Amino acid sequence: MSSADGRRAPASLPPAGLPGLDPAWSRLVDVPGSGTWHVLDNRDALPAEPVGTILCVHGNPTWSYLWRRLVAAGARADRPWRVVAVDQLGMGFSERDGRVRRLEDRVADLGALTKELGLEGPVVTAGHDWGGVVSLGWAAEHRDVLAGVVLLNTAIHLPPGDRAPAVLRPAMAPGVRTASTVTTTAFLDTTLALAHPTLAPDVRAAFRAPYRTADRRQAIGDFVADIPATADHPSRPTLDRIAAAVSTFDVPALLLWGARDPVFSDRFLDDLSVRLPHADVHRSPRAGHLVGEDEDLAGGVLQWLDARLSAASPQEETPVDASWTPLGAALADRQDDDGPALVELHGGRTRTIPWSLLATRVDELARGLVTLGVQTGDRVAVLVPPGGDLTAVLYACLRIGAVVVVADAGLGVRGLSRAVRSARPAAVVGIERALVAARALGWSSTLVAAGPVRRRLRRALGVVATLPEVADLGRVSAVDLPTPGPGDEAAVLFTSGSTGPAKGAVYTQRGLSAMRDAVGRTYGVGPDHPFVAAFAPFALLGPALGATTASPDMDVTAPRTLTARALADAVRAIDGRVVFASPAALAGVLATQGDLTPADRAALAEVTTFLSAGAPVPERLLAEAAELLPRAALHTPYGMTEMLPVTDIDLAGIRAAGPGDGVCVGRPVAGADVRISALDADGCATGEPTAEPGVVGEVLVSGPHRKVRYDRLWLTEQASSRDPGAHRTGDVGHLDAEGRLWVEGRLAHVVVTADGVVTPVGVEQRVDEVPGVVRSAGVGVGPRGTQQLVVVVEPQAPAREVVADEQLAAAVRAAVAPLRVAAVLVAARLPTDVRHNSKIDRAAVAAWADAVLAGRRARL
Amino acid sequence: MTLDGSTVLVTGASGMLGGAVARTLAARGARVRTFQRRPAHVDGAHDVLGSLTDSVAVERAVDGCDAVVHLAAKVDITGPEHEYRQVNVEGTRHLLAAARASGARRFVQVSSPSVAHIGGSLVGAPAGPAEPGLARGPYARTKAAAELLALAADSDAMRVVAVRPHVVWGPGDTQLVGRVVARARAGRLPVLGSGAPLIDTTYVDNAADALVAAVTAPDDVCGQAYVVTNGEPRPVVELLRAICAASGAPAPRVHVPGVVARALGGGLDAVWARLPLAGEPPLTRFVAEQLSTAHWFDQRRTREALGWSPRVSLDEGLARLAAASASA
Repeated sequence: MSSADGRRAPASLPPAGLPGLDPAWSRLVDVPGSGTWHVLDNRDALPAEPVGTILCVHGNPTWSYLWRRLVAAGARADRPWRVVAVDQLGMGFSERDGRVRRLEDRVADLGALTKELGLEGPVVTAGHDWGGVVSLGWAAEHRDVLAGVVLLNTAIHLPPGDRAPAVLRPAMAPGVRTASTVTTTAFLDTTLALAHPTLAPDVRAAFRAPYRTADRRQAIGDFVADIPATADHPSRPTLDRIAAAVSTFDVPALLLWGARDPVFSDRFLDDLSVRLPHADVHRSPRAGHLVGEDEDLAGGVLQWLDARLSAASPQEETPVDASWTPLGAALADRQDDDGPALVELHGGRTRTIPWSLLATRVDELARGLVTLGVQTGDRVAVLVPPGGDLTAVLYACLRIGAVVVVADAGLGVRGLSRAVRSARPAAVVGIERALVAARALGWSSTLVAAGPVRRRLRRALGVVATLPEVADLGRVSAVDLPTPGPGDEAAVLFTSGSTGPAKGAVYTQRGLSAMRDAVGRTYGVGPDHPFVAAFAPFALLGPALGATTASPDMDVTAPRTLTARALADAVRAIDGRVVFASPAALAGVLATQGDLTPADRAALAEVTTFLSAGAPVPERLLAEAAELLPRAALHTPYGMTEMLPVTDIDLAGIRAAGPGDGVCVGRPVAGADVRISALDADGCATGEPTAEPGVVGEVLVSGPHRKVRYDRLWLTEQASSRDPGAHRTGDVGHLDAEGRLWVEGRLAHVVVTADGVVTPVGVEQRVDEVPGVVRSAGVGVGPRGTQQLVVVVEPQAPAREVVADEQLAAAVRAAVAPLRVAAVLVAARLPTDVRHNSKIDRAAVAAWADAVLAGRRARL
Repeated sequence: MTLDGSTVLVTGASGMLGGAVARTLAARGARVRTFQRRPAHVDGAHDVLGSLTDSVAVERAVDGCDAVVHLAAKVDITGPEHEYRQVNVEGTRHLLAAARASGARRFVQVSSPSVAHIGGSLVGAPAGPAEPGLARGPYARTKAAAELLALAADSDAMRVVAVRPHVVWGPGDTQLVGRVVARARAGRLPVLGSGAPLIDTTYVDNAADALVAAVTAPDDVCGQAYVVTNGEPRPVVELLRAICAASGAPAPRVHVPGVVARALGGGLDAVWARLPLAGEPPLTRFVAEQLSTAHWFDQRRTREALGWSPRVSLDEGLARLAAASASA
């Protein structure tokens, strides 16, 4: 046991040479009656009068080092911020006086320090971990100068009956606590190990620097002991008082959250979101507890301060078109129409759902959901396979202004759960399997079953109702249905995850209606123009368009199962002229066309419009389809979850465009606009958006059917919509003189050589023409700005060596001349993304090429 | 400074690069003097014969020169370090002092990227500081010391610029091309590991142009070191194959795992150091490391500072090599 004397140590300055820490920031501040503090303060480095002060409070067991990037970034030339980051007493390099401090003491101590510093307003507090509570306690007592609060993975409230974050519980057991927090560095090490990616060794050492001996770690243990885990804990009243005060805050708030935090899990974020409903949320799926290490915290906080605390008025979009027809209007209009709305072909049987039945069902479900307590603005995750039930639930939710949350099962259980959970649904409507996951993974507490669910399981899961029961409720209910407005949120649609963790794109009611109109106008579907939906998402638009929709007999989760005969049957069933499909479904049709009867062929020959959407479609596939569908224009759209469709082109258009740099995806559809933000010499899209032909840069899209924002990804949203009214797609390309868009790859994949920026798709297209090449990837190796272009080829015949032989290398170089290729490598198989199995994972290929060409061993 | 009418001393002009520099300077109107132990055979240039270790000869050579391009050095791969030191460090020290004393206004120190290489791969690397204590092998260490001496001598009276051409080759090259071809003919040219590491090289005419550009470059770019290459790195196996093909030698066939090669090379270094064997060991650890790690450089700063860019592409250089060896 160390004596109380042994635990005493004066405040000191951090050792020199800690990465990212400027010794000039460090100050020791003696506060009579409290102690001597070590603080980081960029005051002397400020180039001008600061806008205000950011007061940063670290948690346990870190120190002010956590805020070093913000301290540095605050001293920017334009609108600088003074940043004061404290080491709490007993922690970091502040004084150790042997006293045990409670939450109340820490808040009071911090107040004494800021008084000593003469800190004046405006002040924005920033807190991480339990430092978040201390910073909020200070904020509650300094409302006169408080201008904003920033919180990183913290907790203000431990629900009654709850103990503490699960991971902390062992460390809080009295006997274990001292051992894990003070005697050993276990708690310190565990915390530092929560970084994603792993901390660099020198940064890790810097975090450990003030906690080298057990005596210096005493406060770590005291801090854990002060967590008000029980209702009768001495710090509980203080915590409750702070929590209550926070609910009254009306200053701007930013919640920066690492989702991969075993300590401060999503429910603490949820609690804060309820207390601070106006807060901007950035919940990073990649980051963990040390979110400030995992994300660009400094840039993010300053960007947020600029947006929320500057004098500039917020940019609100003015609606392009004031007139608005709700998505469900066409359906509601046909309440008395007994004609077919949905025609589902399955196993030789045809099930027809008339307009009247569908409209009635939607109305009943809408009333039933309201009766169950679902309100306008509530989110409802819908995990139901395509079909009548899905269609009815979606339209019912839209009718009452409930926000549907839709994520693709293709994300896998983990990806799906991450997505649905992040959207915080008030209710989940799902099939049995989805409900099991919803309960196990804590997506929501209100579960509604679609389709059969076993009775015992139903009870175990706590399912509140089945869809038929919801409809029954609605039939007898006398509630008034709310009327959502065009600007109300309508849906959160998750991206496919092929370009990073799935992001939720938020659509308004107006946005979804505009999507309906864009599809209807572009492909000529509507009340008198029925269509076949062999690609499930389009089946959902049928009722909105007032068009009869036929679903062919196929496994919708495996589009390749669509046969030519099944397609012909569906076409005949509704006498359709328009077919919506995916490339996989098209491949399935082409592979089975030998089974077609002459009558089938005759039916298919009547098709005038065929659309392949959802993934890029090779021209070869479209050309084959042209023989099977002689009268059809073969379309393929370009777009993304954030806006679909953006452009459209048909086979004739592709042929007319001919070869070029990238893939020609056609002209913008009606209502859509495409601009290019030119790449600079560093490969960054910094150019003013332009429609000028030939400018290569990031593709910006705008139109009424665009997402309004990303869900709870404040920083990502800022980056993607920094041009008013437009969405930055992350794709690179150019417009040609005819106004056609050519997509040349992803912005993240451009190769920045000393001679200029090279986009990958054009390179790959030319290499793919080289005999013996199956497919290829154009990637860069070396530092950005002086990268070398490398082509990695997947050959038809297996090769022994990694470096291509002379003939292949020469042919590849000739194909891409005058671009210069440093190396031509050979890989047995190029990795593709899990989602589409078509987009080559250029990032993985680049990492592999980088290693191999530097003489390291690597596997692809 | 302008070349026309000025007198430029080129040391080491009997070598491939030195000869090319002397010819280029002469073609650009400079009065060229050369200094080395044997005649340089450069038309229009005046030979002063002597050794860098002979301070009297050095002073005689540099007397009345406006500029010096200093290439002369001991460049072998092996040998006792003090021999390198005498030529590369002390020789440079003499020459710098003599040049300054005789009123030369520009001194181009020809150095090597190896002076800054302390192991591992160089991937788009900048021109790092010379590391006389850490560089690999006696040549690199002594050249590093020499570069530091030269840059320290940079002054308003005499501006010094260090240029580091990387792996210079061309027709008549005895270093890279000569060794590769000799080994290939003897069936002793191994490919180490995957043969994939990217290596940038410099065609001789480009290196000569860069050195001449350094003589005329603005004063404000002096006092620094610049790496010069073709800016066209290639996998090492591709380079070896191409050099063999251009020289009419058989292509390398034997593949040796990189780890084995480095271990083998290390052993041979030790054996050669102890035994009185003639010539070079078949594979030194240094060479093994060079052939199994990447060496290529960021050329942007060099090109901007010197106002130079390579005229002869790698492929054009190989064609010239092939033409030269066909006519030889």
